Amino acid sequence: MAVFGSGGSRSLGGRGPSFGFRFFVYAVLSVVLMFYDRKGGWLDTARYGLQATIYPLQLAVNSPSAAWRWMKESFASREALQKEVDGLRVQLRDQQLMTMRQAALESENATLRGLNATLPEVIEKRLIGEVVSVETSTLRQRLLINRGGSSGVYKAQPVITGDGVLGQVYRIGPFSSEIILITDSEHGLPVQALRSGVRTIAYGTGRSTALELPYVPQNFDMKVGDILVTSGLDGVFPYGLPVARITRVERDPTQPLAQISATPLAHIEADREVLFIWSRKDHPAAPVSPEALQVETAKPAAAPKATPKPAARKPAAAPSVTPQAVPGEAPATTEPATTEPATTAPAATPGSEAPAAGPQPEPTPPPATPPATPPSEGPTT
Amino acid sequence: MNMARGEPRWAVAFTVLLALILQALPLPTWLEAVRPSFIGLAVVYWAIYAPHAGGIFAPWLAGIGYDVFKGEVLGQNALALALVAYIAMSLHQRLRNQTLVQQSLFVFAMLTLNEFVVWGIEGWSGHRMSTPWRWIQPMIGAMLWPFIALLLGRTHSRA
Repeated sequence: MAVFGSGGSRSLGGRGPSFGFRFFVYAVLSVVLMFYDRKGGWLDTARYGLQATIYPLQLAVNSPSAAWRWMKESFASREALQKEVDGLRVQLRDQQLMTMRQAALESENATLRGLNATLPEVIEKRLIGEVVSVETSTLRQRLLINRGGSSGVYKAQPVITGDGVLGQVYRIGPFSSEIILITDSEHGLPVQALRSGVRTIAYGTGRSTALELPYVPQNFDMKVGDILVTSGLDGVFPYGLPVARITRVERDPTQPLAQISATPLAHIEADREVLFIWSRKDHPAAPVSPEALQVETAKPAAAPKATPKPAARKPAAAPSVTPQAVPGEAPATTEPATTEPATTAPAATPGSEAPAAGPQPEPTPPPATPPATPPSEGPTT
Repeated sequence: MNMARGEPRWAVAFTVLLALILQALPLPTWLEAVRPSFIGLAVVYWAIYAPHAGGIFAPWLAGIGYDVFKGEVLGQNALALALVAYIAMSLHQRLRNQTLVQQSLFVFAMLTLNEFVVWGIEGWSGHRMSTPWRWIQPMIGAMLWPFIALLLGRTHSRA
């Protein structure tokens, strides 16, 4: 140390441009790259390609753990496997019981909606991807998946597991994609409590077992054990995918908002396989498109930058009351007209179908909760 | 000084790639917290002992690779590593005459600078990517320096 600034490139004459000059060139290049990377645009294309070049390295780096897993699986004992098979059998039976009346319910639902045929499943297509690597630090909760643009995966595509929502595609390469998990501290997900119909936003905390619901007023109906599903208002996720179960509700009388946390239903660190889903466009449960929401800034950078955007866009979906400037409040939940709780597909496609499924047990239409935009930068950092 | 034909280009390419792999290797959280910047160490080494083999281009490219790998702002590590390489190259003659332990101090300063630049850019872009442990990592890197230097010294014939 303490020797900076001396030396320079004196002794290096006759070998082309000096180090200083070359450093300058690369520094400028870096700054330009950073600038355009932030702005998005043509660099995304370059990045897409770069992702492909780096993918072999990512695979190589993760091969030891993959090999270890493979070893463990290969040498699993008969008893362990038997146990697993038994467990799966039980699970299958339970799920068969659960879906037994599905067809009947669907046609009943169609009748209620005044349709002459049952609606197709909102998930139109799915693609199984395998987890290459998991990063679960407090600052980044990400997955690397072995499917990318060449399989049709697109940016901000919803990614789920059998148990619930996992996250969305954050960055894609031709053969790989990076998933930002719902627990990432930069991710916000519009959700709805299945029991009460209360809508709010679930933010990641950086811990893979916890989500936070910071914008629920004290008097809203939320209980420990409530299941949260996606509300479909973010333009990304279709309505009704299970997200989390509420684990803690604290109401401090001195605070305007309740302290609520939830645990994701998806086993974020354990799952080796994930599902990319494509939702049917004109389905009532399909994610609301930004256009349908008529936000003044239609889509400034909507699709990419996965996270805060959905949150930012959501409030507009709640055509609720005059936006008073109360900071961060649960949007929605107020307009008694549109909130349909469990049954099917509310929110989505306000205009088209949705023959208002009747008077809803609107539990909490209390004081005008403004659609308060949790600032799109949200509780990032 | 040895001239172009004797440059250990392959050694540079290979060791920098290896450092990139070491850097990107998924580790348990506690180990990850104390992992020094292997790329930084390799870059400083080659800047001192073979400044012409990789020039500033190799560190810069490695930085781009790392940026793509880690996936936040493209160019942040590239800029930091290019800066480190430039400073180390500017001082390489003086540094070569120091003992490895003396060099460790310089390495510590360089790795800290590296972290500092990246930290600054992360702050600017709003994507924080690491924990306060990052300020410990340069110290560990400096402690590893003598071993790294001896190890890398075997990959080429010193001038």
